[in-house]
Amino acid sequence: MKKSRVTKVVKVEINNINARRWLTHTSISAPFICVSLFAILVRVAVSLHPYSGAGDPPKYGDFEAQRHWMEITTNLPVKEWYQNTTKNDLRYWGLDYPPLTAYQSYVHGLVLKFFHPESVSLYTSLGHESYFGKLLMRWTVLSSDLLIFFPAVLWLIVAFADQSRGHKSKTAWHVAMILLNPCLILIDHGHFQFNCISLGLTVGAIATVLCDKDLVASFLFSLALNHKQMSAYYAPAFFSYLLGKCLKRRNPFLEVSKLGVIVIGTFALVWWPYLRSRVAVLEVLSRLAPFERGLYEDYVANFWCTTSVLIKWKLLFTTQSLKLLCLFMTVCSCLPSMFLQIRAPSTRTFLYGLLNSAFSFYFFSFQVHEKSVLLPLLPASVLAIEEPFIFQWFTHFALLSMFPLLCRDKLLLPYIALYGIFIFIYYAPNGKPDTPNPPRSWSRVTSFYVVFLLFLSFVLHIIYLAVDPPKKYPFLFEAIIMLLCFSQFALVAVYTNWKQWILSRKSPVGSEKKLA
Amino acid sequence: MKHPNQEKPQKSIEKRTHLQNPHRHVIKDLVWFSLIATFFKLLLIPAYHSTDFEVHRNWLALTHTLPLSQWYTDETSPWTLDYPPFFAYFERFLALFASLVDPTITDLYNGLNYKAPSVIIFQRLSVIASDTTLIYSVYKLTKNMEQKKRFLIWILVVWSPGLLIVDHVHFQYNGFLLGILLISLGALQNGNDLFGGFVFAVLLCFKHLFAVAGPVYFVYLFRHYCRGGIVKGFGKLVTMGTVVVGVFMAAYGPFAYYGQIQEVLRRMFPFGRGLCHAYWAPNFWVFYILADKALASVLSKLGFHIQPPTASFTGGLVGDSSPFAILPTITPSVTFAIVLLAISPCLVKAWRNPDPKMIVRQVAYAYMCGFLFGWHVHEKASLHFLIPLAVVAVESIEDARHYFILSIVSVYSLFPLLYEAQEYPIKVTLLLLHVALMWFGFSESGPVSNNGGLVNRWIVKMYLVGFVVVEAWGQFLHPLVFGDRLPFLPLMMISCYCALGMMYSWIWQLRCIVRSP
Repeated sequence: MKKSRVTKVVKVEINNINARRWLTHTSISAPFICVSLFAILVRVAVSLHPYSGAGDPPKYGDFEAQRHWMEITTNLPVKEWYQNTTKNDLRYWGLDYPPLTAYQSYVHGLVLKFFHPESVSLYTSLGHESYFGKLLMRWTVLSSDLLIFFPAVLWLIVAFADQSRGHKSKTAWHVAMILLNPCLILIDHGHFQFNCISLGLTVGAIATVLCDKDLVASFLFSLALNHKQMSAYYAPAFFSYLLGKCLKRRNPFLEVSKLGVIVIGTFALVWWPYLRSRVAVLEVLSRLAPFERGLYEDYVANFWCTTSVLIKWKLLFTTQSLKLLCLFMTVCSCLPSMFLQIRAPSTRTFLYGLLNSAFSFYFFSFQVHEKSVLLPLLPASVLAIEEPFIFQWFTHFALLSMFPLLCRDKLLLPYIALYGIFIFIYYAPNGKPDTPNPPRSWSRVTSFYVVFLLFLSFVLHIIYLAVDPPKKYPFLFEAIIMLLCFSQFALVAVYTNWKQWILSRKSPVGSEKKLA
Repeated sequence: MKHPNQEKPQKSIEKRTHLQNPHRHVIKDLVWFSLIATFFKLLLIPAYHSTDFEVHRNWLALTHTLPLSQWYTDETSPWTLDYPPFFAYFERFLALFASLVDPTITDLYNGLNYKAPSVIIFQRLSVIASDTTLIYSVYKLTKNMEQKKRFLIWILVVWSPGLLIVDHVHFQYNGFLLGILLISLGALQNGNDLFGGFVFAVLLCFKHLFAVAGPVYFVYLFRHYCRGGIVKGFGKLVTMGTVVVGVFMAAYGPFAYYGQIQEVLRRMFPFGRGLCHAYWAPNFWVFYILADKALASVLSKLGFHIQPPTASFTGGLVGDSSPFAILPTITPSVTFAIVLLAISPCLVKAWRNPDPKMIVRQVAYAYMCGFLFGWHVHEKASLHFLIPLAVVAVESIEDARHYFILSIVSVYSLFPLLYEAQEYPIKVTLLLLHVALMWFGFSESGPVSNNGGLVNRWIVKMYLVGFVVVEAWGQFLHPLVFGDRLPFLPLMMISCYCALGMMYSWIWQLRCIVRSP
C-alpha cells in the first residue's frame, strides 16, 4: 500500500515536471502560440460577418437572445431571471439555459452596461442593433473563447503529450484541428452563441480525466452541464468511465461518494439563488426542458427527423409518449458504450465513449438542433490524431448539415473560407498522422465512395444556392441534405462504437494494472 | 525505434518526385500555403475599407466608359486617375469582368460611392486574385533554398501583415505591384538582367513611386549587363534601351498619340500636396517638424517674436504655404536632392561592384531613402522595402535581427490606417502572430540558435517594449488624461516612435551596403 502510494507520488511529480517541460519547450509552446494566434485571427475575421437574425424583426435571432439575457440579468434581481413577470416576458427569448449561462450573461451584461449602456437598457433595448453594440457582443464571445476554450485545449494537448500518445511532431496539426474547427467558429463567432464556454469546460474535464484528476474532472463537467444542459450528451461517458474507475479501486463506495459530493456541491453552488424554494427550482427546470417546442427543430440530421420522411412520429404519438420513446432509445443506444467503460475503463476508450454517447443523444434525444452536432464533433476533434479521416469526414458532413442554417444567417462567405482553411490545414505537408493503408481492393471501393459523396455534397451546395425548390416540396433540398448527413453520421457512429469495442477488448488487462 | 522506419519511405518519395520535377514539392507546398492565406483573405471582405476603394472603383468606371483620350482629364469624381497608364489598362481589364458582374460598378455616374455587396466582393476578389504575381515571384525567388528558409520567406511575404492590412483591409493593389518588383529582383539575382530590366520598366508604368530605385537599377544594369568591351557593351546598352523604351512606348504611346502626355504627367506628379501626408509617415521629416516646433517655442520663450506658420501640420490640411516657423521651407526639389544624396553611397557600390547578391539590398535601401526623405510620403510606402528585405532576412543572424525590428516598426506604423474599433483586434493579432512566427521561425531556421537570440541588446528590448507603452498610451491613457483634446498626439507619438526605428534601420542598411565587398 505504502509503496504504491510512493510510486504514485513519484509518478505525479514526473507528470508535473513533464507538463512544465512541455510548456517551456518550444516543441509544444511554439506551435500552440502560433496556431492559437491564427485561430484568434480567424475568429475575429469571422466576427466581421453578419450574425443570426441581423436586421430581422420582430424576433431577430440568437444574437438578440443573448443580448436580451444580458439586459434581463443586469436589470432584474436573480430570482426573477427565470420568472414570467411584467418586466420579463419569457415568450420573448426567455432564459432557457441553466444558471451558469445566466451568470455569464450577467457578467457580460455589466461590461456592455459600462461601455454602451443603451444596448442593455431594460425595455428600450429590444432588438438593439448598432455598430458598437455588435462589436462589444462579438468581443464577449471572443474573450470567453480566449479565457476558457483556448487554455482548456492547451491543457488537453499537454495532457496528451504527457500520455506520450506518440506524434509529438503532430502537435501543431492536432491543436489546429481542435481550434480551427469550422463548425464551432461559425456557430459561435458567426451565428452567435457561447458554445465555447460549455465545450471549453468539457475539454478541461477531458484533459483532467487524461491527467487522472477525476475530482477536478467531475467539477469541470458539472460546470459545463450548468452552462448548457446539452452537455448532458457527454454525461453517460463521464459517468460510466468514472464509475468504472471507482469500481476498480479498493473502496468503490468511498470513491463514488467523493465524486458525488463534488458534483452535488458544484450544482448547489451554481443553483444557490434558486434553492430557497421548490417552486423556484421547478421554474428554472421547466425553462430548461422546452418540451413544447417539439421533437426536433428544422431539418436536423438525426434519427427522428430523418425517419419522419416515412413515419410521421409527431402524428402517431403524443408528446408524452414521444418523450419516453426518446429516452428509451437514447439510453439503449448509449448502453453498449457505457457498459464497455464500466467494465474496463481506460482513457483511450473514454474518448470514443464521449463520441458515442454524444452521437446517441444527437440521434435519439428530444428537441435536437442542427447546432447540436457540435457536441459529437468535439470528441471527434480530440480523436483527430487517431482517426484523422473519420474526423474530416464527420466535419465535412456536420458543416453540410448546418449549411441551410448558415445560409439563412448570410454566412456563406465565412462558410467557404473556413471550410477551405480547415481542409488545407488538414492536408498540411507533414501534418496529418499517417494512417495504415487499407487493402488495395477495399481501398478502391472506398475511394470511389468518398469521391462520389464529396461530389454529391458539392452538387448539393450548388443546388441549394442556385435552384428554387419545387413549390410542392419547399424543403426538398433541406431534406436531401439531411438524409445524406444522417447516413454518414450513422456510419461514423457505427464505426466509433465498433472501434471502442475493439479497443476495450484489446487492453482490459493493461488498464486494470495501471489503476491498481 | 519507430522513427527511422517512418522517415525512410518519405525520403524515397521525395527522391522520386525529385526525378520528375525538382521543384514539384515546392510548388505543392507554396500552393498549399498561399491557398490558406487566400481563404483567410476571403474572410476580410466585409472589413472596413478606405476611400481608396472608391478611388479604384471610379477608375474601373472611367476606364470602362470613357475613351482613352479622356482617362486623364475626367473629373466626374474627385478621385481622378493618377497612376501611370499600365495601371489604367489593368483597371480597364478588370472592368471587363466588373461590368459582367454588375453594370453599376462601371457606371461613371450611378456608380459613384456604390457600396453594394457585388462591388465589394468583386474588388476584394480582384486584389486577392492579383496577389498571384506575388506568389509566383516568391516561388521564383525561393525554389532553390532549403525548406525552412523557404517557408520562412513565404510567411514573411505571402503572410505579411503589412500587405494584409494595406491591401485586404485598407484596399490597394500593393501585393500585385510588389510581386512584379520581386519578379524583377529574382531575375536580376539569377543573372537574367534583360528580363529584370524589362519587368522593372513595366513596374514603373504601373506605379511611378517605384522609380525611386531607378538610379540603382540604371547603375547596376549599366555595369552588370552592359559588360564585355565597348562594342559588346554598347550593343547590350542598345538592347536594354530598346526594351525599356518599348515598354514606355506601349504605356504612354496611345496617350502621346492623342496628345495627352501633359495631362498624364500633371496627374502623376501633383506637387501641390505638401511635404507630409495628413498622418505623418514615420520618416526623417517628423524630426524636422518637431525640431522646428521645439525651436519656435524655445525662441519665443526667450523673447523673440516668432511668426506662427500659416499652415499647420497637425490640422491635417497641408497647403502650399510654409508650415515652418524657424527652419527653412522644404521644397520638392530639396527632397529630391536629399534622396539622391542618400542613395549615392549605394550607387557608388553598385558602380564599383555590381553584385547580384546585393541587388535586393540595394533596391530596398533606395526605397528606404525615398521613404525617409521623400516628398509627401505615405506610411504604406514602407512596404516597398519591407517585402524585398524579407528575401534576404534569412541570410544571417544580423539580417534576422534587423528585419525583426524593421518589420515590427513598419507594421506598427500602419496601425493608424485602420482606425475603427472593429479592426482593432485584427491588426493587433496580425502583428502578434507575425512576431511569433518570426520569433520561432528565425530560431528554427538556424542562424539565431546560439548567438544571444533574436533580440540581443537591452536597448532593442527597451525599444520593443516601448511599442506597448505607446500603444497603451494612445488607446487607454490618452483618452483618460486628455479626453477628446489633442486627438493628433497619439498619432504623432506613433510616427515619432516608429521614425526612430526607421532611422536605425536606414543606418543599419547603409552600413551593410557600405561594408559589402
